[in-house]
Amino acid sequence: MRWRLTLAALVWVGLAMILPGAALADTADPTPAPTASTGTAQAPPDGSYFDVTLVDRTDGGDGEPVADVTLEVRDDADELISEGVTDEDGRVYLPIPGGGLYTVVLDEDTLPDGVELDGSPELEKSVILDGRQALLFPIGTQEVESTPLADRVLQALANGTKEGLIIALAGLGLSLIFGTTGLTNFAHGEYVTFGAIATFFLNTSLSIPVIPAVVAAVVTGGLFGYLSDRALWRPLRRKGVGIIAMMIVSIGLSLFLRSVYQYLIGSQNRPLSDYVVQKRIDLGLFALTPKAISIIVICLVVITVVCVILMKTRMGKATRAVADNPALASATGINVDGVIRNVWILGATLTALAGALLAIDRQVSYSMGFNLLLLIFAGVTLGGLGTIWGALIGSLVIGYVVELLPLLGVPADLKFAGALVILIIILLVRPQGILGRAERIG
Amino acid sequence: MDFMLILRDSLSAAVGPAAIVYALAAIGLNVHFGYAGLLNFGQAGFMLVGAYGLAVSAVVYDVPFVLALVIGILASVVLAVILGVPTLRLRADYLAIATIATAEVIRFIVNSPSNADVTRGSQGIAGFAKPFHDLNPYGGGLDIGIVRLSRSDLWSATVGWVLVAICCLIVYLLMRSPWGRVLRSIREDEEAVRSLGKNVFAYKMQALILGGVFGGLAGIFLALRQASTIPSDFGTHVTFYAYTALLIGGAARVLGPVVGAMIFWFLLNGLGTFFGQLTSGADPILPEGLMDQSQASLVRFIVVGLGLMLLLIFRPQGIFGDRKELAIDAR
Repeated sequence: MRWRLTLAALVWVGLAMILPGAALADTADPTPAPTASTGTAQAPPDGSYFDVTLVDRTDGGDGEPVADVTLEVRDDADELISEGVTDEDGRVYLPIPGGGLYTVVLDEDTLPDGVELDGSPELEKSVILDGRQALLFPIGTQEVESTPLADRVLQALANGTKEGLIIALAGLGLSLIFGTTGLTNFAHGEYVTFGAIATFFLNTSLSIPVIPAVVAAVVTGGLFGYLSDRALWRPLRRKGVGIIAMMIVSIGLSLFLRSVYQYLIGSQNRPLSDYVVQKRIDLGLFALTPKAISIIVICLVVITVVCVILMKTRMGKATRAVADNPALASATGINVDGVIRNVWILGATLTALAGALLAIDRQVSYSMGFNLLLLIFAGVTLGGLGTIWGALIGSLVIGYVVELLPLLGVPADLKFAGALVILIIILLVRPQGILGRAERIG
Repeated sequence: MDFMLILRDSLSAAVGPAAIVYALAAIGLNVHFGYAGLLNFGQAGFMLVGAYGLAVSAVVYDVPFVLALVIGILASVVLAVILGVPTLRLRADYLAIATIATAEVIRFIVNSPSNADVTRGSQGIAGFAKPFHDLNPYGGGLDIGIVRLSRSDLWSATVGWVLVAICCLIVYLLMRSPWGRVLRSIREDEEAVRSLGKNVFAYKMQALILGGVFGGLAGIFLALRQASTIPSDFGTHVTFYAYTALLIGGAARVLGPVVGAMIFWFLLNGLGTFFGQLTSGADPILPEGLMDQSQASLVRFIVVGLGLMLLLIFRPQGIFGDRKELAIDAR
């Protein structure tokens, strides 16, 4: 059985005059340089060079470095300019004399066993001497009879669990806010990005290690939730602005925040200082990177704790009472405004945590949360908007669907479309979701 | 700082083809949202099927140009029917999510390399607009100091404004008719209209198709004007900008979306040129550490987002709208 997979290579064109190569290597290369005896450790050359990292993203977002692959750079006259072999981080530096049109060629014979290219192994790139450009070059590969289907399904389930749990974390925030205020928040994706960008700035600008930076970013995210409620949403509620008008306000907020993020960090993907590329640990049934395992554990613990709090504690009961009927809750002595304030803080905190974990899992970009928004909607709607455990169940299903669809023959670039189709179908068939109560919705 | 240049860029955009695209899209949204109360967040999807209906049939299947135009319009009708049959019963916020998701699914499919033999993937399609530009009667562009349009933009703008006028006339006549009154009553109180024996679903469907066709025309016009069509022209932001244009002018007003689109582009291009000038040159007025050229191009989008929020909070009826007319707070 043949299977279509993708091998993605990140090509950085770094220009040493503008960005010292050593600094570039520091940001993207967290693992200590291997010992000299292996002979694969490389230092960036002087002058201009292509900085290529070959990462196999066959099984999802993490990627695994591909070592011992030979790459060549040829100029437009097809003259060999330089040649190199990827080290154990999948990284190779290919020096070039300066600006011009170059072709990066990957030698297929040196790819690991079981992986063959079926796309073009060549990438054309013109280099302009005014900065650094990143491009992703996807190479279609075919894995030949190496992994049985069952193993691939297990691997997809493992990756889907991680994806789904991150979505669930953000979805729980969305669901809480929707449940108590009725607001379908189109800016929720930007609350996710907030966590990621806060982590990025604390980590790179203030040089705080990644884990404390995540903690600080999550606290900042909660503060952001409080302030946005205080400055924007509470005045709107007081003013009696309708749900639809609030929804369009949230679109304005989304456009506003996304542009501000892009203003702050630019359009390219930005890595954190640590945990960027990791080797997977083989756990028998599947293999996951240490960071993926940590993300799964953190998500499970946090979601369970929050859901149990909502079910058991006084605060949780008050929240559910407000969600059910704000007027009645108010009449029984519950401070409705206080509950909604707490919900905004809690929801934004959970969402910022999702963003921070996403920043560790992948990289930071200004639109990462917005790109996730419809998947969050899909997960939450599938589980049941406003239900406690719905976000978790629905998001896990969405995570599995996204990861399993490519195994069923759906092209990998359409896997998100598959999740959105599920969203549309569930809206038509059972808008209240799996756990929701049937109510009139039209 | 050249204020004349800023004024010229702003005015040229406000009367040029860019504003026309958004005027047409916003007229469609006005029928959906302003008159029928349907919260369609998938207008970009209608534009996409219109543009690709034209481009795919003309380039890939060699259909004659006029027939390809008809196919583009029919494509948006088909999308409206397919979308409307199941979703029109949904509550406003669910309808919004369903339509935005549909538009994104269509864009993903068109963008996908696996369908590239038909849609040409993210590269997009070109080479279908020659019949349109061959009709161009103008010998040169327009330059009257404060407005400057190239020869092809002048032709596109001429055709475009005629199209906008026709669409406005259609909306004006329809909304004065009994049909329009029923539609507006549906927006106010669906149950009351139902109790009068009207088929609410049919009216909503007709409104969705009508507004969808206006959206399709916007997409076709965009494709003809730039002589190409690529998937990234039809992202969710297009729908949101069209809503912004609609709400600036005022929903449920015939000329609201047109004036709104002109003001939207006037401000968008004016701000773009203004901040571009602040940061350009060897010795920019704003230091590079504070704002560089690429950041300068973003300021206007920050302002758009902020403006949309403030508009909804302080003047939800827009410039021309009537607060009583627009039941934006329904449900």
